[in-house]
Amino acid sequence: MANILSVSLSPHVHGRETTPKLMRDVLIALVPAFLTTIWFFGYAPILITAVAVISCVVFEYLIQKYLLKGSKTINDLSAVLTGVLLAFCLPTNIPLGIVVVGSLVAIGVGKMTFGGIGNNPFNPALVGRVFLFLSFPVQMTSWPVPKGFLTGYTDAVTGSTPLSVLNESYDKVPLSGVMSNLPGHEDLFWGNMGGSLGEIAAGALLLGFFYLLWRKVITWHIPVSILLSVAILAGILWLADPVNNIDPLYHLLSGGLMLGAIYMATDYVTSPMSKKGMIVYGLGIGILTVLIRRYAAYPEGVQFAILIMNAMTPLINMYIKPTRFGEEVKNG
Amino acid sequence: MRKKDTRVITNKRDTVLKTFPVGGVHPPENKLSAGKAIVNLSLPAQVVIPVSQHIGAPATAIVNKGDVVKVGQIIAASKGFVSTNIHSSVSGKVNKIDLMPDSSGYKQMSIVIDVEGDEWIDTIDKTDMLKKEVTLSKEDIVKRCLESGIVGLGGATFPSHVKLSIPPGKKCDVLIINGVECEPYLTSDHQLMMEKSEEILTGVTILMKGLGVEKAMIGIENNKPDAIEKLGKLTEKYKGITVHSLKVKYPQGGEKQLIKALINREVPSGRLPVDVGTVVHNTGTAFAVYEAVQKNKPLFERIVTITGKALAKPGNFRVRIGTPVSSLIEAAGGMPGGTGKIVNGGPMMGKALGSPEVPVVKGTSGIILFPESEAKRTKSNPCIRCSKCISVCAMGLEPYLLMTITERALFERAEKEKITDCMECGSCSYVCPAGRPLLDYIRLGKSSVLKMIRERNAK
Repeated sequence: MANILSVSLSPHVHGRETTPKLMRDVLIALVPAFLTTIWFFGYAPILITAVAVISCVVFEYLIQKYLLKGSKTINDLSAVLTGVLLAFCLPTNIPLGIVVVGSLVAIGVGKMTFGGIGNNPFNPALVGRVFLFLSFPVQMTSWPVPKGFLTGYTDAVTGSTPLSVLNESYDKVPLSGVMSNLPGHEDLFWGNMGGSLGEIAAGALLLGFFYLLWRKVITWHIPVSILLSVAILAGILWLADPVNNIDPLYHLLSGGLMLGAIYMATDYVTSPMSKKGMIVYGLGIGILTVLIRRYAAYPEGVQFAILIMNAMTPLINMYIKPTRFGEEVKNG
Repeated sequence: MRKKDTRVITNKRDTVLKTFPVGGVHPPENKLSAGKAIVNLSLPAQVVIPVSQHIGAPATAIVNKGDVVKVGQIIAASKGFVSTNIHSSVSGKVNKIDLMPDSSGYKQMSIVIDVEGDEWIDTIDKTDMLKKEVTLSKEDIVKRCLESGIVGLGGATFPSHVKLSIPPGKKCDVLIINGVECEPYLTSDHQLMMEKSEEILTGVTILMKGLGVEKAMIGIENNKPDAIEKLGKLTEKYKGITVHSLKVKYPQGGEKQLIKALINREVPSGRLPVDVGTVVHNTGTAFAVYEAVQKNKPLFERIVTITGKALAKPGNFRVRIGTPVSSLIEAAGGMPGGTGKIVNGGPMMGKALGSPEVPVVKGTSGIILFPESEAKRTKSNPCIRCSKCISVCAMGLEPYLLMTITERALFERAEKEKITDCMECGSCSYVCPAGRPLLDYIRLGKSSVLKMIRERNAK
């Protein structure tokens, strides 16, 4: 017989979903936020993102080739995504050398040390970001004021972010006085505020969220449980003491919450596997975020909250299991 | 969780599409042979009839080399309770009784018959006339199923008389008929439902009598609206039978999923449908039961879908058991160039054949030819822990974890994680973006765990 038949076990068809396709969808979802940041900060975001992406990919390639000597996963776009996410949580006037250092830590320490894709306990982009935050506190907290499309890279005027102003005012001055100097809810939604490159535009990030849901890349469980728990906890604090607390909507729209909840906390590798586990994880991130923002020395808590819950993920996976079919017998 | 279904069940289509609540996938349906009328496949020159075409003990051959046999004559007798008879599908002379390769690739004791003419035993009613009135008693129906070698024709080939014998202390109140045909490509049940609707409904009535139940529910996926319409209309004349349309979702044809979808009962882990008061039979089986009981015709032929994107004439054929798969391929226009895989059964759960020179057996619902481009698997990449395998698992298992613990031979852990609940539907491997062979490892782990349990119980 002319044909050589393959004999393999079932199933004989595959859904054609692949790792690079999933990564590509996340990148597509980030496009609206990227365009918004270019609108407000000029060409600097393009430069920073390009440097972060290129250095992440190059570092992953070099580590794989010369240190791990394992299979190449460089084409799966995961390093590109790490680069983009790292860039998205940097200020737009950050020196490019720092971006390269952050990329090395993100890929080298955050990802490849553990064996590459699928094995890292912490979100690599956040590992890079926190490393930079602790090593270069000045550069990492000088936020350019949004000046529009034509702003140059170095001529940015810096200011503070809404959350850093609030952090200095809690329990010291009544917030009603501070509020007049802060951008309103509408500015926060569209992204007209000081802040990291990709975190400013809540609206654009939400648009990407709907794209990811539509493409079934992620489910609603993690983002919704984070946003809901932030809203509820911040709401309780606000209702109890409106003079010293900001309203929950302001919490939702400011800082890196949207970016973190939709794109960082949902990182497949570092988040729980079961739907129930995802909700517990999301609640943890939401509660920690509000507590850090309100009571700790740092104005923004999302990145720490996510990293702490990343560390909890193996435990959540161990104890929170999906409901097995036929386990709880409910026969009617 | 879904609320308890309190609506009055009528034989009209349900207002809400029923389905099972957890997991499932929807692969491209590719029902290329849908609507193709059933054609009798011409008799081959020789048939190879394995003595084991069912779950349970193989039958014992009761003919010898050189014997002349007729169509419908018993050639191998049931051995034990969970076993059944095997009949000759042709008339002619027994050439040999020997080990012959079957669809699994292994050699199996088979009766090889050279075909001469087409002479049927005279007890079979060969007319096409519909006979609706059921005269046999409950006991005789069960006995006739065994005599006629009826097994589940959905693919599992469990002897039907065993399913009709409710164990003492158990109660069954509803019969479920599986007309789901959730596997892509396959259309044999669909076509049979269209062409033999009344016969199937009479078969269902017989099964109800055999079981002693007053109610039967036929579940059909919504991609077969003509069958739902036709059977739905006809059931008005049949007492106790209702037709229900189901959302198109694989693996809805899985027994436990279908029961959950239709009557919202969950068969507990390691138990049988009868433990929740129901028994599931396939539509093809209902038709075979009709023929056995009303026409005295044993199970020696079945409807087989032959399909494939490159095949000239995909279709549905009535095939005598023991006919080589190659004759079926010839009848559908011949093997297309560049065929890379032949699958016996559906694409999700079927078995790849090593050669087309193996016989069609009672469990052969379809033969699918895949071109070389679709025959190979994709490369396996690292798990990215996307949890899609968990989302699609209809049994609520964690396939990624079961694979990992099987790789590490942690079988006690695998048992705790309910690896034996896996029904091997393949949804996890289907959906995995990293192309990991999840089900391969789960099968390995499952068989190791079952072996471990057997050894433990033997102590």
